[in-house]
Amino acid sequence: MTQEGESAARRSATTAQVPESQGTATPKQVRAATVAPKVNNSPIHGLWALTNRDLRKWYTNPYQLIISLIQPVIWMGLFGKALNFSSFITSSLGPNATPAEVNALMTQFFGTASYFSYLVCGMLIFVVVFTSAFSGMSVVWDRRFGFMNKALTTPVSRGTIVMGKILQSVARSLIQAVVVLAIGIALGMETDNFTLLGIAGTFAIIFLVAMGLSGLFVMLSLRSSDWQTQMAIINLLNLPLLFASNALFPTKIMPGWLQDVVKVNPVSYAIDGIRQMLIGAVGSYSLWMDFSVVFAFAAFFSIVGIVMSWRLLKK
Amino acid sequence: MMTSSSTALAGESSARSIIVVEKLTKTFGQQRAVDEVSFDVKEGEIFGFLGPNGAGKSTTINMLTTLIPITSGKAEVCGFDVGRHPNEVRRNVGVVPQDYTADEDMTGYQNILLCADLYGIPRSNSKTHANELLSLVELQDAKDRKVSTYSGGMRRRLELACGLINYPKLLFLDEPTLGLDVQTRAAVWKYIRTLKEQYGMTLFVTTHYLEEADSLCDRIAIIDHGHIIKTGTPQQLKDGVGGDVIVVGVSEGQPDISADIAKIGLVKDVKKTDNDYRIKTEKGEEASPLIMGLIQSKGLHVTRISLTRPTLDEAYLELTGRTLREEETNKWSMRSQRRTMRTARS
Repeated sequence: MTQEGESAARRSATTAQVPESQGTATPKQVRAATVAPKVNNSPIHGLWALTNRDLRKWYTNPYQLIISLIQPVIWMGLFGKALNFSSFITSSLGPNATPAEVNALMTQFFGTASYFSYLVCGMLIFVVVFTSAFSGMSVVWDRRFGFMNKALTTPVSRGTIVMGKILQSVARSLIQAVVVLAIGIALGMETDNFTLLGIAGTFAIIFLVAMGLSGLFVMLSLRSSDWQTQMAIINLLNLPLLFASNALFPTKIMPGWLQDVVKVNPVSYAIDGIRQMLIGAVGSYSLWMDFSVVFAFAAFFSIVGIVMSWRLLKK
Repeated sequence: MMTSSSTALAGESSARSIIVVEKLTKTFGQQRAVDEVSFDVKEGEIFGFLGPNGAGKSTTINMLTTLIPITSGKAEVCGFDVGRHPNEVRRNVGVVPQDYTADEDMTGYQNILLCADLYGIPRSNSKTHANELLSLVELQDAKDRKVSTYSGGMRRRLELACGLINYPKLLFLDEPTLGLDVQTRAAVWKYIRTLKEQYGMTLFVTTHYLEEADSLCDRIAIIDHGHIIKTGTPQQLKDGVGGDVIVVGVSEGQPDISADIAKIGLVKDVKKTDNDYRIKTEKGEEASPLIMGLIQSKGLHVTRISLTRPTLDEAYLELTGRTLREEETNKWSMRSQRRTMRTARS
């Protein structure tokens, strides 16, 4: 076949039969129906759309929610119930120890008489840390599967994209914390000292810590397109965040060098504040200090995350 | 605000330039992906960027759609500089990327609405417009199904609809028919032509399919290794190749009249093999009767005659010294392209 013949055959093949669908408005009519509207140019336009997109993936998949709760529940159930510090103290004080003496000694160490309640407060932040750690993963997935590029070609501000990732992570943390708290109460957490203000303050702290941690992890994921690197980062940071803190044990019993790490870990301040507000525990820091540290942490990483997005968020 | 001016060369239309690119360069470390590329795209035309993988097509389109920053040079899209006013550029252009960017967990309709939200378009408008666009790309029956259930062709059509949601004057399409079946390719080409003819839209298409560039584009720039080799209409590029080839077969044992044929003005070259004269000419349609006339006047008997026009294949070969084939590029784009093709075939 000559080349002329070949290209003619190609041309006829490509004009072959695409079925004209019935009932389609012709383009001329289509065009007349709508015209370009006045658009919303505010710097945060699109924030709700982006946040909702990620949240929808989460709440339409109930298994994800359930699985994310398994870990704190196991910790509370096994660790919290198995570690009966009161019995250690009772046995060490001798058979004549009164409950008052036991409680006094417990309070001296833990700030409260109930280790389980002490632990539940730690678990609230536990679940926040784990949820926030995965906020960066959604950035990596979006980048990998092209949605990030699509968003970057729209006039949505880069900071809005980052804030959307942070906010969806914060929302998930808040909801999961509510569930963990409910389970903790069901398993025997002391509710005598609950006040409305205390509960509101607790969730304010959870909000701020979630914001700061999500900001941190999102910032670390901005240039990454490799989920394995993300997992490595998550595993690297999770352990110190949780264990170099007062989540499980009072810092008084830790060696000096570890106490120094605890002092710079915002998680410690968050948990300390929650314990004071929820179970009336004696805190290591003032409530004022706790809120300030957590607020500064949230503000710092949110702002840094947004600023870095201007430079780093591109294809 | 159009700050660009179009230089009207003799014979060029006086349409305004909607894209003006001068000495645009992009370097990644030591590597120059795009090297001092200059071209302009007139309003209302379909402009093609043709070249193999790794030529710099996607890098150029990414710079023009403000996805990556430019290293040096100037690029103005719809009158706005891509570096200084990226958001204005984004508001005025639509992008149909090479990858399939739709969110698989949402329905087609939801995806278009999400794109509209990202442009700040109020729902009161975008809901109607989304339905119109879904009609245009013939997806209205599938609009409430999750994208994960769509075939590759349907996804590509959805991407096209999403790219049009912000009423763009200029639409960028990056390898729009990569990996698609023949029917969907034809449909996509039909939509592209419709957009130009009935909406007056300008379209910038990158492709490595020669026949796509040939049949679809008003003008093509051939790009390779970051340089533009040549720009012109498909016909101009083909004319530039050396011309048409006329093969005339004569019966055996007749005298060689090559020298006489060569004397005809339009003829550039004559070769005789066995009983055939292979004649390279300009304007084959005009040269054929002259050649026929000459041969018959010499008393020779013509057994057959054929006229072949050069294809873009040959033009490409001549201009770049190579055939258009898949080249290895960086791992990222190869992986991404494989995923696109896999999804297209689903």
